[in-house]
Amino acid sequence: MPSTRRVSIQINGEKISAEVEPRLLLVHFIRETAGLTGTHIGCDTSSCGACTVLLDGRPVKSCTLFAVQADGGEISTVEGLNRNGQMHPIQEGFHLEHGLQCGFCTPGMMMSARALLERNPHPDEQEIRWAIAGNLCRCTGYQNIIKAIQYASKKMAEGVSA
Amino acid sequence: MIPASFEYLRPGSLNEAIAMLSEHGDEAKILSGGQSLIPMMKFRLSRPACLIDINRIPNLDYIKEEDGYLKIGGLTRETALEHSDLIRSRFPILHDTSFVIADVQVRNLATVGGNLAHGDPANDHPATMLALDAEIVATGPQGERIIPIKDFFVAIFTTALRPEEILTEIRIPMNGSRRGGAYLKVERKVGDYATAGVAVQVTLNDRGDVQRAGIGLTNVGPTPIKATGAEGALAGKQLTDEGIAEAARRASEEAQPSSDLRGPAEYKTALVQELTRRALYRAWERAKK
Ligand SMILES: Cc1cc2nc3c(=O)[nH]c(=O)nc-3n(C[C@H](O)[C@H](O)[C@H](O)COP(=O)(O)OP(=O)(O)OC[C@H]3O[C@@H](n4cnc5c(N)ncnc54)[C@H](O)[C@@H]3O)c2cc1C
Ligand code: FES
Ligand code: FES
Repeated sequence: MPSTRRVSIQINGEKISAEVEPRLLLVHFIRETAGLTGTHIGCDTSSCGACTVLLDGRPVKSCTLFAVQADGGEISTVEGLNRNGQMHPIQEGFHLEHGLQCGFCTPGMMMSARALLERNPHPDEQEIRWAIAGNLCRCTGYQNIIKAIQYASKKMAEGVSA
Repeated sequence: MIPASFEYLRPGSLNEAIAMLSEHGDEAKILSGGQSLIPMMKFRLSRPACLIDINRIPNLDYIKEEDGYLKIGGLTRETALEHSDLIRSRFPILHDTSFVIADVQVRNLATVGGNLAHGDPANDHPATMLALDAEIVATGPQGERIIPIKDFFVAIFTTALRPEEILTEIRIPMNGSRRGGAYLKVERKVGDYATAGVAVQVTLNDRGDVQRAGIGLTNVGPTPIKATGAEGALAGKQLTDEGIAEAARRASEEAQPSSDLRGPAEYKTALVQELTRRALYRAWERAKK
């Protein structure tokens, strides 16, 4: 068996170190090594975006990246969205605007939304659609996901001015 | 899906990476964005014994103007091209191209160097680089060598890079002030590979004649195609509706599509003709500005 390698990755601010095989995918590191199962595996073929997490602030598909590549990096997952049990405005938006049905795509969708709103706090509808083009949803028809992200954009702007 | 086991190496410099490539030979593969390689490894279509991860090598990620060239570092991500003001203002054709590749998540990792080095006729940058007459800088144990893009794509998934070479830079000549280009692609859905794509770059002289025209075709043959017949039909003449129609017709004759899930060959041939026509008009618009 080829040698393992020690990796150390910050996930939602907590440092997780482990000895891993190089072929371990980041999504398995997150779900199995760190025990954070909010990040989903949908297609496992780089197409659906259910496994989207932020690596150093940018959305990536964690099924298409080895854990060893993220060594020393910072990962944000859906579990890191809430603050002290308070829903993040993005979560609130998905809740109030019915941005989900089965919820399978939702964690990845919310991470893409978060990256978008950090870079562009007031996206128009087209920009929102473009930002989530890599996240497939089989249930909602996207309309309410757009509304959820628009809700979050507004709410976050209020949060800043308040 | 779990790829086969491999040894993982992470060089901290270009020299170290080249030494590792020389040592491991055919057994090794370079890992850059991983957005083509990792899916292939998961399907076990590719089972390298050793991966050399070049992502931590410094100074390979840049977009700059120098010595009459636009220079793009081998590790530059698609996202960087998409958001670069220099690219948007001076090379809108490159912005067009990055913008229609995959999706945000893939573009955050995928590199321009990997897009070319993969040698996939379905990738979008090859046609654009053929239209732009780019040069590839390959760095190996003997140092750097320049490969003109027209000699780069040898066969399907095969390029002129040697196993111990790394694609370190792409150089695009910036001659002529009245330049314009465009990349147009038809895809089944956002983020899909092209059913067909056409890249066009024209340079006009003072009289408005075409000084040079470059035309590249995506996913209509075993390799990316440089439509030299269509280019020749435009060179040295004024751009006219008739000239554009003739070049578009020739480009469609140079395409060698096969029928597949994305459509019948006849449809793809017709797409090449129409996309060449539209790309030429858009390139012309941009060159006149
Ligand atoms: C869902 C999805 C959709 C996609 N859609 C498109 C699309 O529409 N259009 C498109 O063009 N592409 C598309 N891609 C492919 C994507 O752009 C790839 O990332 C790109 O083709 C390869 O770049 P990479 O940096 O990821 O290379 P990798 O996957 O890391 O490497 C690819 C190959 O090139 C070699 N290589 C990489 N870098 C170098 C280098 N510097 N020197 C020498 N050899 C090197 C590797 O050894 C490997 O053999 C898509 C990918 C996915 C997952
Ligand atoms: S599980 Fe990663 S893209 Fe579908
Ligand atoms: S809510 Fe079911 S896939 Fe999106």
